[in-house]
Amino acid sequence: MAGSGKAHLRAAVDTVLRVEDLTVEFPAGKDRVVHAVSGISFDIARGETLGLVGESGCGKSTTGRAILQLPKPTGGSVQLKGTDLTHLDGESMREKRTDLQMIFQDPISSLNPRRRIGEVVAEPLDVWGPHEDDEQWKIVSAMLDAVGIDPDVARYKRPHEFSGGQCQRISIARALVMEPELIICDEPVSALDVSVQAQILNMLEDLKAQYGLTLVFIAHDLAVVKNISDRVAVMYLGKMCEISESDELYARPAHPYTRLLLSSSPIPDPTAVIDDSLLVEGELPSPIAPPSGCRFRTRCPLSDEICERVEPQMRRVADDHYVACHHPLVEIDEVAVSLD
Amino acid sequence: MSSDRSSPHLPRTDRSEPLLVVDDLRTHFEVEAGTVKAVDGVSFTLDRGRTLGVVGESGSGKTVLSRSIMRLISGGNASTTGTIRYDGQDLLAKPQREMQKLWGVEMAMVFQDPMTSLNPVVKVGRQLTEHVRRHLGVSKAEARATGVELLRSVRIPEPESRFDNYPHEMSGGMRQRVCIAIALACGPKMLFADEPTTALDVTVQHQILNLLAQQQEERFMTMIMVTHDLGVVAGRTDEIAVMYAGRIVEKAPTAELFRDMRHPYTQALLWSIPKMSEPKHTRLSAIAGRPPDLINPPKGCKFSPRCPYVQDRCREEEPPLSAASGPDHQFRCWYPVGSPESKVAFETNLAAGLPQTMAAAGKLEATEELSAVPAAAGGGR
Repeated sequence: MAGSGKAHLRAAVDTVLRVEDLTVEFPAGKDRVVHAVSGISFDIARGETLGLVGESGCGKSTTGRAILQLPKPTGGSVQLKGTDLTHLDGESMREKRTDLQMIFQDPISSLNPRRRIGEVVAEPLDVWGPHEDDEQWKIVSAMLDAVGIDPDVARYKRPHEFSGGQCQRISIARALVMEPELIICDEPVSALDVSVQAQILNMLEDLKAQYGLTLVFIAHDLAVVKNISDRVAVMYLGKMCEISESDELYARPAHPYTRLLLSSSPIPDPTAVIDDSLLVEGELPSPIAPPSGCRFRTRCPLSDEICERVEPQMRRVADDHYVACHHPLVEIDEVAVSLD
Repeated sequence: MSSDRSSPHLPRTDRSEPLLVVDDLRTHFEVEAGTVKAVDGVSFTLDRGRTLGVVGESGSGKTVLSRSIMRLISGGNASTTGTIRYDGQDLLAKPQREMQKLWGVEMAMVFQDPMTSLNPVVKVGRQLTEHVRRHLGVSKAEARATGVELLRSVRIPEPESRFDNYPHEMSGGMRQRVCIAIALACGPKMLFADEPTTALDVTVQHQILNLLAQQQEERFMTMIMVTHDLGVVAGRTDEIAVMYAGRIVEKAPTAELFRDMRHPYTQALLWSIPKMSEPKHTRLSAIAGRPPDLINPPKGCKFSPRCPYVQDRCREEEPPLSAASGPDHQFRCWYPVGSPESKVAFETNLAAGLPQTMAAAGKLEATEELSAVPAAAGGGR
């Protein structure tokens, strides 16, 4: 995997977020460094949902948090509507955070158990206003209503009185009250039962249409990501392998790692053929000492000497479909590359 | 790894007695608020060498079912009644000390969370050989040789050095392999896998499921695989039992179940999951309402409050587990999916504006509240 390069960044769209060469490193003691995210770039257009997928440890959550500057990335830039967040001082960043919200995996522990739902959802307004109770309640009740929670019933209840799915709805309402430009959803449905998961996914789609939301949707379930995303980026060991419009990615995966993920995903159909051709034994290498060249080469059935020496760059496969691989599974669109 | 998915085993007629016969099994827990009927009247038989998948949402009783069969449910507030005949023995009649002789040797379990099911301060080798030494009475050196062989059979690289590792020195996938090796150590005839891959990445999940299938085939084990993931059971089981509110609501051979599902809950469960074969932004068919309260379950059919086909009879009278097209396919429903009566029921409910039917028809958003006017619903819990 992958690779670096910015061939996939778009110029002609209304970009909300543009991330370039994002790098996040953590010290691991004895002068060693964990290369959690190593130079990834992507952009998100207004009203779009970008899915981030990959195995645990690939850096997808770290990427989401680095956008929020939690913690500040080691390198690269994060531009929100043209403002580079990595260069802001504390107070300006604090103001900018109103444009960025996050929804977490565990809905119950992301709400303070001792506070009432009305207070939990109104908290962002306590900081940024309006401060008058009536004004606040108008906004809060509208948001609770929008996420399918009865505001008058919920107002004085506490989180333990709600199910996991309802708590996730409340978290979403809390994220919406600031009318953010971008919401980062980190595995928002993986803790929920399938029946409730479907309710939340449908609701996110509705809210997206209603409020024109722009989302980063981080998940490990490829079927869930396909359902909600307009574009999907596949990450491996801190690098981006492939980024594409969703239907195209699932129909014509170009990166061997994408195909490995797709063929590993269980399909709820007993007549489906289980494809083991790309199955490789072995585990994610350590992000402290990632492999040279393409980071996926140690598990890739197609790897050869060039993969060890040269890091692949993002190349165009089709419209809005880019891959960083020396031996892509579908043909590279060379003509388009030379035209660019 | 093998890519054979179902029934690599002997044909049905070659098998004599079923290995496991469960009849009217009930596991109840007394709590302050009442009696939790976690498993409430489950019966099934399982032939040797077959794999049964047990599917359901959280709280459906699938985990308690497998633990009840192994007699792993303890605590003064729990009671298990019914009969469990395993290989001709009545398990519920056995004292706990007798059960200990069966664990590991006859039946073993692989648990969901590989991170917490190993003792963090004991080397994996010792955890692996503990019951080998206990049950088979071998020397330490022999046990080590067996342990290394086991690690090799679950494809852990460098098994000799891994034998002396502590669990934290291994990844999640490797720890689950160790747990499988522990379960297989004494050559059990029956393996329970309780959500064996839920905590793992898809690529590792695929490897672990292949490993289980291959080990099962080599050892001719019988397996019960408990999971909430219909995708996992679809490819890896011979039969499936769908559980709801502590009961089996539908049971059929895997291919038959997916081809001709009769229970509305089975259908709703399958329809609610996103599928990779569908285009992006495909509207999901969510199940309205939420799993039932096991202390005060609804009268009649337990699924009736959420069922789009529900009729008055369903609310009063619980349907028995009855046979469908073949004796192997059973379901518990008065208005089974696909029948003319169910179509009439659906149309009637739609005309009456029943929320779950409206939601199933895509005319209303499914929520956890089942009141027709969501604003009038209680806060719930």
